[in-house]
Amino acid sequence: MTTLEVRDVTKVYKLRSGFRSADLRAVDGVSFRLEPGRTTALVGQSGSGKSTIAKMLMHLERPTSGQILVDGAPVGRGRRAEVAYRSQVQMVFQDPFGSLNPYHSVGHHLERPVRLHHPRLGDTEVRERVLALLRRVRLDPAEDYAQRRPHELSGGQRQRVAIARALAPEPGILVADEPVSMLDVSIRLGVLNLLASLQEEDDLGVLYITHDLATARHFSDEILVMHRGTIVERGPADDVILRPQHDYTKTLRAASPDPERRLAELS
Amino acid sequence: MTAATQAAVPSTGTARPPVLSIEGLSITYQTATPVHAVRDVSLELGRGEVLGLAGESGCGKSTLAYGVTRLLKPPAEVTAGSVEFHSREGYALDVMRMDGEELRQFRWSKISMVFQGAMNSLNPVKKVRDQLDDVLTTHRPGMSKAQRRTLCGELLERVGVERNRLTAYPHELSGGMRQRVMIAMAMALDPQVMIMDEPTTALDVVVQREILQEIARLRDELGFAVMFITHDLPLLLEISDRIAVMREGRVVELADALTLYTTPQHEYTRTLLSSFPSLTGDRGGFVRHGSRAVPAGATTGHDAEEERA
Repeated sequence: MTTLEVRDVTKVYKLRSGFRSADLRAVDGVSFRLEPGRTTALVGQSGSGKSTIAKMLMHLERPTSGQILVDGAPVGRGRRAEVAYRSQVQMVFQDPFGSLNPYHSVGHHLERPVRLHHPRLGDTEVRERVLALLRRVRLDPAEDYAQRRPHELSGGQRQRVAIARALAPEPGILVADEPVSMLDVSIRLGVLNLLASLQEEDDLGVLYITHDLATARHFSDEILVMHRGTIVERGPADDVILRPQHDYTKTLRAASPDPERRLAELS
Repeated sequence: MTAATQAAVPSTGTARPPVLSIEGLSITYQTATPVHAVRDVSLELGRGEVLGLAGESGCGKSTLAYGVTRLLKPPAEVTAGSVEFHSREGYALDVMRMDGEELRQFRWSKISMVFQGAMNSLNPVKKVRDQLDDVLTTHRPGMSKAQRRTLCGELLERVGVERNRLTAYPHELSGGMRQRVMIAMAMALDPQVMIMDEPTTALDVVVQREILQEIARLRDELGFAVMFITHDLPLLLEISDRIAVMREGRVVELADALTLYTTPQHEYTRTLLSSFPSLTGDRGGFVRHGSRAVPAGATTGHDAEEERA
């Protein structure tokens, strides 16, 4: 059970060209909370700052100002604090073809986080945990999948491995950055459904980053709409999509494929 | 067009005169265990029509497109069937019989293609102008340099990119602009058919919408036919006149967009349709009824269907 709070976070990148430099405010004064069992979707165009937020949540970037609080307390500095933080906040990346190492077996991918975050476990216990993780993401028979290498898996299966790896440290918060956009449309729902059921089992707080409004609506409780580094609209999923208030949300909505609209025109 | 095609028997023909007819085309990858990627596909593309080709990855839709343009390389082999191109000047060409110089002239000037991941198919070390120019010097050797310059500028403006970007290198353009350059290049010789293989998949929704509107506008203006290949069925439903659904190398259903959406005939079409969450429709029990187990290897469209029922 973890609550993650992002409080008034800003990230400024310096752009240099020759002797001049300019500031790019990638994220500008963003605040939100991730609570156990709830999914928050972050939607916006490419370049709107969605992924910068993910990077800051994963401590891959440091905010220029503002705070990220875990259960109300700021995260300390240093290796120990970092390990503790990473065991609570984990991420699933967009590209399951790039995020798994082709030289290592699936089992190896899962074994490493289990050992790192539970250093006292013996070999058999580690092995059991790895197999249990694979079964949790419905990769059964687990013994068989553990031996395979990434190239022997389909895109959907790889993303399941990536999800299992993120769950290995038993985190309370999961950041999913476009987890299904590289996958075939027909298997997207399966992966999203899997995420939803894992979330329910573990009472995870999920940040779902996407530009697909339709899945954002069905998959999340709350939607944050981001545009040029600021959150321009937020609210319950159905409200934001069905009754958008901000012009930018309306633009996004109008740009999303919607067969119903064509249907109305044709008939 | 929709009036003639009522629910019971979905129409497979088109009211427009055909520009491309594919008859019983089969393509096999002659590997250790031969893969029948396209099996006995017959399709007709009408003049000025947008025909959507939908299906999962691996269903053979890209192979079909490559077959039609004769771009297949071994081990791929056309084992049966014919492709006929009906030019607007009134003569027909047997695409499968062409070779050498004839084939070279046919490609791009009659049928052009926007490839998957097109934004990465520009040469990074050449300026946009040189790459557009290359098409013209090859296919229109009679044109003077000045004429080519003006035409290149016009082509870019047609797809909504400023003329002064001609001197830019690809890395100086955004993904959407590179995609537009590729579309401009595909239109350079005023082709009668354009094949677009997932032209907008890597772009975000707003840019995608702009490009789709651009394609629709140009189609109305110039009257070329489009074969639009994607796995995004909601997108196809919006832009196509007719849609062919492919599975395991076969076209399992062919109907106009409205019929396909409202009264899908084939089981697989229904599965495919139900695997898309609707933007505005019923929230239902679609996703987030997560406690139900997803069995390994099960097709997920099926799951979604079960959950809906």
